[in-house]
Amino acid sequence: MSLPQDFMGRIGYLLSMYGESFLVGAGKTMVIALVGTLIGCLIGFAVGIVQTIPVSKEDHIIKRILLWIVKLILNIYVEVFRGTPMMAQAMFIFFGASAVFHYNMSTWFAAFFIVSINTGAYMSETVRGGILSIDPGQTEGAMAIGMTHVQTMMNVILPQALRNIMPQIGNNLIINIKDTCVLSIIGVVELFYTTKGVAGAMYTYFEAFAITMVIYFILTFTCSRILRFWESKLDGPDNYDLATTDTLAHTSGMYRYPDPRKGEDA
Amino acid sequence: MSDGNILEIHHLSKTFGKNVVLRDIDFSVKPKDVTCIIGASGSGKSTLLRCVNLLETPTSGQILYHETDITDRKMNAAAYRAKVGMVFQNFNLFSNMTVLDNCMVGQVKVLKKDKAEARKNAMMYLEKVNMAPYINAKPRQLSGGQKQRVAIARALAMEPELLLFDEPTSALDPQMVGEVLSVMRALAKEGLTMIIVTHEMAFARDVSSHVVFMADGVIEEEGKPEQIFENPQNQRTKEFLSRFRQG
Repeated sequence: MSLPQDFMGRIGYLLSMYGESFLVGAGKTMVIALVGTLIGCLIGFAVGIVQTIPVSKEDHIIKRILLWIVKLILNIYVEVFRGTPMMAQAMFIFFGASAVFHYNMSTWFAAFFIVSINTGAYMSETVRGGILSIDPGQTEGAMAIGMTHVQTMMNVILPQALRNIMPQIGNNLIINIKDTCVLSIIGVVELFYTTKGVAGAMYTYFEAFAITMVIYFILTFTCSRILRFWESKLDGPDNYDLATTDTLAHTSGMYRYPDPRKGEDA
Repeated sequence: MSDGNILEIHHLSKTFGKNVVLRDIDFSVKPKDVTCIIGASGSGKSTLLRCVNLLETPTSGQILYHETDITDRKMNAAAYRAKVGMVFQNFNLFSNMTVLDNCMVGQVKVLKKDKAEARKNAMMYLEKVNMAPYINAKPRQLSGGQKQRVAIARALAMEPELLLFDEPTSALDPQMVGEVLSVMRALAKEGLTMIIVTHEMAFARDVSSHVVFMADGVIEEEGKPEQIFENPQNQRTKEFLSRFRQG
């Protein structure tokens, strides 16, 4: 089978020849993006929570110094990883690990590590913003019923902060799906790397990257829709059931709250 | 000197920077007392109440809860707050939870009750404030008066020994004020110990067993409601109450 001359014909040819490679590449891209975003979010939450631990003058001096040091280290982490390109970080970490520590990390491990730690740096600022955006009254309400700082965070503040930063998590996931392509520089065989290979084999750069563009868009668009749906799920229904058996209430007789008197009346 | 007082406040002062908000406050609360704190805005009423719940740290002075000084840094503030409830002007219901969860979360997480018991207890108090049909609603779906009644149920569900109200009706329209005050009247009748910061003078006169009038961070006058409202001695009390007494 020879290479067709028209654009659509070439697309069809590439898909029939390399369709599976494209799918595998897309799958790897998604796995790196999803795992990286997930671990990145966990790092982000951990860092963001530590950054927002309140310090007061009444606290013990050792606690204050310790917190100051930890917060300083976390600040350096955030600024360094936000302030340098992921592509350069990939090279630096991948080759630095083998040069300095004589540790040859697999490209997969490097991929997860770099995407996670990068996302973590961005997410920690997002989480910090999310926590600060919650009305201080929520904290006071929680403290007033005797919750500790940790209980307040876990039960009241973080669930609300998570809801508020969902759009930003979605943003990060979509950025990660696209940015995994920079990992091709250290030889991670994801969608971009695969496409380069396919394109180079037959000099079909335009056609191969046309396919890849469509695949990337399908991946990001699907993810953004799923996240929207999840957001609306988190918000819960706009209406609520009145849990009443009062026959004068307009929702009376709902099957979930059966009227215990009904049987006798009939 | 403590004859069964739940709460005793001695020489309490609070400053924010150079701004002196509370000056040498002394008063005490006995079981079943309903103490109303009245006074103009900015007189330090809310700050006093927030100090009692340790939401503000007093600058100096003592707050004795059953003869234990709670301003001591070694005190477990969370454990103390679990016994002293607070109802806020802006309700501060947890907006990520339903009405029922709002009333259960403290019992489950702080008092470590099991869920079935917490739910039963929560339902009892929600019924008391006439909010039982709304257990599935989120706070944003409720009116101000409904939110405040849920907030009262949430505080009651912790079975506090002392309940603090910080201007509970100031953010409400007149009809909602009525809903909330009637709940509070019922609580007073049942003998719940309460400290209420309020601008509802008629309510303070009818319900309280003790009235404290504050101005510029000091207690100007205190006593029985009849005495404060019918026969105030202090000049500032007279001025403050003059409009109410004419009406």
